Amino acid sequence: MSAPGRSSPLRLPALPSPLRAFVAAIVLALLAFAIFGPLLNLLLWAFAERWYFPSKLPSEFGLTYWYRVFQPRGNALASLGTSIWIAVLTVLFSLAVAIPAGYALARLKLPWRGAILLVFLLPQAVPNLPVYVNIAQVFYQIGLNGTIIGVVLVHASHGLVLAVWIASAAFASVDVSLEEASRNLGASAWTCWRTVTLPLAAPGLIASAIFVFLESLDEFTGTYFVGVPDVTTLPLLMFNATMGGNYQISSITALLLLIPSIGFMLVVERFLKADVLAMVGR
Amino acid sequence: MATVATRRPIADRAIGLVLIAPALAVVGLFFVAPLLMSAVVAFRGKEGGFTLEHFAKAFDFYTTDLLFTLWIVVLSTLLIGLVAIAIAGYLTLGGHPRSVAILRWLYRWPLFIPFVVAGQLMRTFLAKNGMLNHVLIGSGLIEPLSAQSLLDWRGIVVAFVWKQAPFVTLLLAGAMASLETQHIEAARNLGARRLRVLIDIVLPQVRGTLLVGLVLSFVTMLSVLSVPLMINPNSPTMMTVDVAYRISTHGDYPVANALCLLSLGLAAIGAVFYLRQAARSAEAT
Repeated sequence: MSAPGRSSPLRLPALPSPLRAFVAAIVLALLAFAIFGPLLNLLLWAFAERWYFPSKLPSEFGLTYWYRVFQPRGNALASLGTSIWIAVLTVLFSLAVAIPAGYALARLKLPWRGAILLVFLLPQAVPNLPVYVNIAQVFYQIGLNGTIIGVVLVHASHGLVLAVWIASAAFASVDVSLEEASRNLGASAWTCWRTVTLPLAAPGLIASAIFVFLESLDEFTGTYFVGVPDVTTLPLLMFNATMGGNYQISSITALLLLIPSIGFMLVVERFLKADVLAMVGR
Repeated sequence: MATVATRRPIADRAIGLVLIAPALAVVGLFFVAPLLMSAVVAFRGKEGGFTLEHFAKAFDFYTTDLLFTLWIVVLSTLLIGLVAIAIAGYLTLGGHPRSVAILRWLYRWPLFIPFVVAGQLMRTFLAKNGMLNHVLIGSGLIEPLSAQSLLDWRGIVVAFVWKQAPFVTLLLAGAMASLETQHIEAARNLGARRLRVLIDIVLPQVRGTLLVGLVLSFVTMLSVLSVPLMINPNSPTMMTVDVAYRISTHGDYPVANALCLLSLGLAAIGAVFYLRQAARSAEAT
């Protein structure tokens, strides 16, 4: 089993394999509790009618709060609509500018390439708070505060960067020889891009669209500063309910936010292959 | 007939700039400009002119919070790195196919859960009457009387690691999966233990990816407002909460911007790490 004559401080006595399997099972169980415990707790709160200190479980389960959240003119449905509308606009806007930029970064010789990369690094590499604080002040003066467009612009300036990175990684992972083959067979640059490059990069681009969608859907701080008082997205509604001590309403809202997040998590690797991930940040 | 080899470099550059211009304009207008504005506002006195009084005030009121923020973010980053290395390492080198499959399915759940939801989850899970304490008491690990609320700096760290570790793990496991397996197999055939293979052979090759993930997490955590606001809003707290408070309660933009610039300074430390790594990998290729 072990190389003769080689000792290291890391060498531990090998565990017999049943014991090893037992340790692995314990560690996995603890990890499962750490990950699902908080989610389970949320589920309990979402269906709790009454839950008083110090009982371990709610004394009564029910759907009263669900009716309250989903009543036809309730805040939650309106916020859900606002959130989705903002996210869709953010995706369209971000991809429209990110796809050409990502392609240029991956394939064309650009002057000041380092400086351009640095600019696209900024929104992810710099704390966003100063930006939101000042943009809120400017938007207030020009009447964009509390408007959908204002929130979309803030979300897009952040999501766009992710989209540029992923798009550029997706284009970079397309095999150049395929493009060259199509060009040598007489395809124009545009035809080659449309029929070879774009379809091969499509999974990465779809992934970037989903990333931007989710990021916009979940965004809190920017909306907190720029959206007030008229744009209430789902995260803001949830936050207000939590701070108001209404744990049932906030748990139900949190569940609504969890559905797309977990759904995407389950399929992400179908879109984002290891070869694209390895190109991110290069 | 056009071939790729005969492209004219100048036309190529012009096309590149045209393609990239809209994206640059959006980031410039709605990100870089407000950022520069922050620097101006933080240094401008009431009657104009340069002043440091806002920074003096910021340090006067919030030095504790600055250190508190640094402590939380550094500790969280280290823990995220350890968790990510452990999980990604096991996914790459683990011997039990079934354990590897379970772990791969398990670790990713928090990946895209927003911070604001993670804050809400931990606010109920870690409370004195939360599920964590119930389970600890039920399993006899602690006495009911010694149950305590973790909703202070520890709660923020837990929420950050819970949310951010899967992201770094995903990047790291992706990088490890695309490594050449020959070295790993050779070392294994020579009898090297898995931990040694991980530390000596695998980790050095994915250092860049790990660092990128950690720097992104470091900076992200610096600007999260919702988690500290929900878990630990009272002093000492994180600087994001102070900024929101200066604005919503006092309308005090200069001091708020001074605080923002201070957290930018913290992020700059992370950026230096990143740039050094980027420069090194550029040399290598």
